[in-house]
Amino acid sequence: MTEHEPHDRLYVLDRTDLQQLFDALRTRGYTVIAPQIENNVIIYGAVDRVEELPIGWTDVQAGGSYRLARRGDDALFGYTVGPHSWKRFLSPPLRMLWRARKTADGFEFIDDGSPPPRYALVGVRACELAAIQRLDDIYTRGAVIDDDYQARRGAAFIVAVNCGQAGATCFCASLGTGPSVGPGYDLALTELMEGEHRFVVAVGSERGAEVLAELPHRAASEGEIELAEAIVAQAASQMGRTLETAGLQELLYRNVEHPYWDAVAERCLTCGNCTLVCPTCFCFTIEDTTDLTGQIAERWRRTDSCFSTAFSFISSGSIRTSAKARYRQWLTHKLAGWQDQFGNIGCVGCGRCITWCPVGIDLTAEVAALRAEDVGQPPAEPILEMA
Amino acid sequence: MATKRKPRLAVWKFASCDGCQLSLLDCEDELLAVTGQVEIAYFLEASRAVLEGPYDVSLVEGSITTPGDAERIREIREASKFLVAIGACATAGGIQALRNFADVREFTAAVYAHPEYIDTLKRSSPIAEHVFVDFELRGCPINKYQLVEVISAYLHGRKPNIPTYSVCMECKLRGAPCVMVAAGIACLGPVTQAGCQALCPAYGRGCFGCYGPMETPNTAALTAWWRDQLGMAPAAIQRALRTYNAGSEAFRKESEAYEHAHD
Ligand code: SF4
Ligand code: SF4
Ligand code: SF4
Ligand code: SF4
Repeated sequence: MTEHEPHDRLYVLDRTDLQQLFDALRTRGYTVIAPQIENNVIIYGAVDRVEELPIGWTDVQAGGSYRLARRGDDALFGYTVGPHSWKRFLSPPLRMLWRARKTADGFEFIDDGSPPPRYALVGVRACELAAIQRLDDIYTRGAVIDDDYQARRGAAFIVAVNCGQAGATCFCASLGTGPSVGPGYDLALTELMEGEHRFVVAVGSERGAEVLAELPHRAASEGEIELAEAIVAQAASQMGRTLETAGLQELLYRNVEHPYWDAVAERCLTCGNCTLVCPTCFCFTIEDTTDLTGQIAERWRRTDSCFSTAFSFISSGSIRTSAKARYRQWLTHKLAGWQDQFGNIGCVGCGRCITWCPVGIDLTAEVAALRAEDVGQPPAEPILEMA
Repeated sequence: MATKRKPRLAVWKFASCDGCQLSLLDCEDELLAVTGQVEIAYFLEASRAVLEGPYDVSLVEGSITTPGDAERIREIREASKFLVAIGACATAGGIQALRNFADVREFTAAVYAHPEYIDTLKRSSPIAEHVFVDFELRGCPINKYQLVEVISAYLHGRKPNIPTYSVCMECKLRGAPCVMVAAGIACLGPVTQAGCQALCPAYGRGCFGCYGPMETPNTAALTAWWRDQLGMAPAAIQRALRTYNAGSEAFRKESEAYEHAHD
């Protein structure tokens, strides 16, 4: 995909023509995945019609709490992020890797031969696009390439959305991952509610340009561009949380034995919700199964979490048995170890782990607490004992 | 070469409702495959034919509540190579373990005309308190797919894929919205072992804890949140912990912490 300069030209698409975008994507063979309401929560799923979006709704988030509320207008994207993330579609939580049948002299693979799905992801926020790029680093730029991810990702069409408001658990501005969408989208929308309900559209790829060409659109005026910029600037000023990133890696490494970890372990349920809602957590486990007759064997890939004891199971047992060791693993991997591994921070500031932690444990508050009582003792030697 | 003998399977019942044994009968499609692979040597719920031991695999349902039970489970253990305790009764004492919190003599006096004929133990206890158990399969009732998995794993000499992490993991994997976060409904999922595919949360209900405590249950932190953030009364917290797995250590201890809080 050829990258265009993000702001090189901006266009306007009327709200009344948005269905045509969905239709154009479907005509091109994409399944459109977009936000929708299910059981009082905004999730991501397949949609055909613009009317299926959470029109006029917003979300009110806090540590361990999420509620929907009426906005008082007909905005289509007037909320932030919910418990789902796009990794559900690009790297499904449960996937069969292969299936084999026993034969007289060994076994043979059974090929189901289905091609990877083609998704158009509509409503991808800035932090979420950054998270997808984190997953790209992990699954497609390392020593081992995840073919299934690469195929789904290569096929995916991304319609990003600039945030017009930030949530109480958002802190993308601290990490430079939002609220303004960075490069990597096919089309990016900014929803304008003042005057005529319309979208300022940026084109990020050749195929984005091709799709836009099929829709009624016009060049954006100076006024519309300014309005769009002001909306994103307003979201940037509303961040409910902040995370100081200066010296973060060193802070975590030198406080491995801080008494603070015991304090957070008292509250942590080791339930794993934080890693499962996080759009960048990428860990999985492999499960082998046989059927009762022993004729069919399958290998499955299942999302795992460093909060399960099986995650760190080695020949002598689990090496992270305490909640302290597991919470520390999560926080230190996201914010410090990730930098050694992939050259950036593993958190994009979406706030999901804060909102969806059943007991509201907040990584920004935990880091601030560590900073406030920085004991400043680097570990004397490499830490081998993690429990 | 001698033909391989089919492993002999027995299903035993102690104090229980039969629900777990029914899970085996409910396997329908898989049941034929099961009977193709094992010889059902003892399963009164399904057949009156009884074959003498020893047995390769014994599935034991129910809890130990009488001196006779305590004797019989030892005999079953003697006769079984691989013993699997199935269900909340066999793994935690079941709902009848509520007697453990009270004086069972008061109950027998209230219920029976001649309580002196009732020979019962003070406590309802899990199988593992009496004999060595090779594998514990949780649930009230057990999940039939997990049962088939344990049997398949046994037959093919592999480890069963039965996770011991929280219900939350299954809840998130299936993409269900969290009822605690999104609706303020108390849910035992974070401290309960997976196995049900988060059935209740997926239908908007909090988890009832059917599969008993997960591997590292922090019941104190969860109930503190219920009390302080969801405004739950101590008596209600205690009731939530005292159901099918009331006798499990983690749920029992935490429920006792709320014992006198509401007096
Ligand atoms: S660590 Fe938390 S805030 Fe950061 S990306 Fe993951 S879920 Fe979002
Ligand atoms: S935080 Fe845990 S689950 Fe997430 S990527 Fe790191 S090790 Fe994996
Ligand atoms: S931090 Fe919260 S969501 Fe994560 S494991 Fe602990 S209690 Fe669960
Ligand atoms: S609904 Fe219950 S099981 Fe599901 S994530 Fe929330 S607390 Fe966990």
